[in-house]
Amino acid sequence: MDPLIFGFLLSDGLISGALYALVALALVLVFAVTRVILIPMGEWVVFAPLTQAVLLEGRLPGTVWLSAGLLLVWAVLDRRRGRTPLLLALAAALVVAAGYLGLAVPALAPLVAILVVLPLGPANFRLFFEPLPGATVLVYLILAVGLHFVYKGLGLAFFGPEQFGLPALLPGEASVFGLPVPRQGVLMVVAAGALMAALYLFFARSLFGKALRAAAVNRIGARLSGISVREAGRVAFLLATGIGALAGVLVAPLSNASYEMGFLLGLKGFVAAIVAGLSSYPLAVAGGVLVGVLESFSSFFASAYKEAIVFALLLPVLAWRSVSSLALEEEE
Amino acid sequence: MLEVRGLEVRYHAAVAVDDLDLHVEEGEVVALIGPNGAGKTSTLLALLGLVACRGEIRYQERTLNGIEPEERVARGLVLVHERRQLFGEMTVEENLLLGAFARYKRGERHLEGDLERVYALFPRLAERRCQLAATMSGGEQQMLAIGRALMARPRLLLLDEPSLGLAPLIVKEIFGILRRLKAEGTTILLVEQNARAALELADRGYVLEAGRVVLQGPAAELREDPRVIEHYLGIHGEGSG
Repeated sequence: MDPLIFGFLLSDGLISGALYALVALALVLVFAVTRVILIPMGEWVVFAPLTQAVLLEGRLPGTVWLSAGLLLVWAVLDRRRGRTPLLLALAAALVVAAGYLGLAVPALAPLVAILVVLPLGPANFRLFFEPLPGATVLVYLILAVGLHFVYKGLGLAFFGPEQFGLPALLPGEASVFGLPVPRQGVLMVVAAGALMAALYLFFARSLFGKALRAAAVNRIGARLSGISVREAGRVAFLLATGIGALAGVLVAPLSNASYEMGFLLGLKGFVAAIVAGLSSYPLAVAGGVLVGVLESFSSFFASAYKEAIVFALLLPVLAWRSVSSLALEEEE
Repeated sequence: MLEVRGLEVRYHAAVAVDDLDLHVEEGEVVALIGPNGAGKTSTLLALLGLVACRGEIRYQERTLNGIEPEERVARGLVLVHERRQLFGEMTVEENLLLGAFARYKRGERHLEGDLERVYALFPRLAERRCQLAATMSGGEQQMLAIGRALMARPRLLLLDEPSLGLAPLIVKEIFGILRRLKAEGTTILLVEQNARAALELADRGYVLEAGRVVLQGPAAELREDPRVIEHYLGIHGEGSG
């Protein structure tokens, strides 16, 4: 193969691989702490750049009201919990204020978009998953699929069916090993790496991160240590939405954004998370890169089958996992 | 310090604890003894809020009904679970530090003193501070479970079967530690099948059978009580340690 084409495909694959790796990390984190397979994750990822795009068009996006509204419902549900409802109402006001700020100062729109999408995760956890503590993975999955349909519909209502192009945060091209690569792509990969490093430090060094890990591996042990499993769930959802929204804002200038792209994006992140057995963070990153590179090369060689090839990756992975986990199940 | 009235724990139709009254005063060590399935563990889990229950639980003059387990831990009601519930894939020191999470969350950042105290009580944990909890022996894991609970600075320490499944020598060591904690003034509610060791340590005791208190009094009197001797201190009782 022409080394130049190979280089382009590889860099393309690594850039989308960084996106899938981040989505996979978020999915693994949420699953480890709460046992929720977060299907609507993809919708939330595209909500961030779509919110940004609508702000740049000079309109206030529906996500602002959605976010603020969910926070207010949460405040009502937790009305008897001391200062919590007040803080939640304040957060709702902050989201609306941020929305207007984004209208006034277009340069802040990407940041505002992340801020607006951020409450969706924890608020959905509080409203829909927390009332069912200890439900089975299947019940949570059904709930998550339901939410996915709701958010897909909301996406169409808020943003319409068309694709939005977004200006690059870092315009122009950089030369990487003699290969012209959009600066935005470099930013995506570097930001993903920095975010992963930050997450690693958080989980390995800070006691809050360790508490989150503790809540994931042993719920009773966590509660005995004074760690609230509910709070851990909210934090996991918050981190996941934050990671997803940031990834969405970073990647959208390279690929455009439309409301229906979320599902496929989330699904590919999910494939990467499955490669990691929904449990290993490093493997989730590797899975994401693998999915990205595979997608990039298959879109060149067999573009009609590009999605099929990515999802076919599940077959050998699942076969391998089911063979290698037989021994484990016998132990339990 | 702790007052329980009319405690009832049910698992579906089965009644585990039935109309149980008990109290623990500040500085006291109280033993809860009885056969398997008498409702001892259920009582402790109910005190922590880990199982649903009826009846009133008052702790430090305030009711605990409707309070989350994490909040109870933050108030100094700390349980060493019968199954230890350690974080197996984390190191000894991480387990200990997480024991102090409720305090850390409140803004207490200086936990080194507490770590040193636990390491002084359990020198073996100090040697293994970087070892993963899951790779330790049963006795060491029990020490770690107690150490983790101490990191929360318990005002009332609930201990569930600390001698369960351990070699006699380790049991002796653990009870030695409990004696030291008692001498330091720690209030303890101890559930134990090893009635002999428990009643030697405790100031007072309750004997539970089928979810009810059948006998109670000062530990010294219980040790002399013919029913206790026959059922719990005799040959059978010794075998359960």
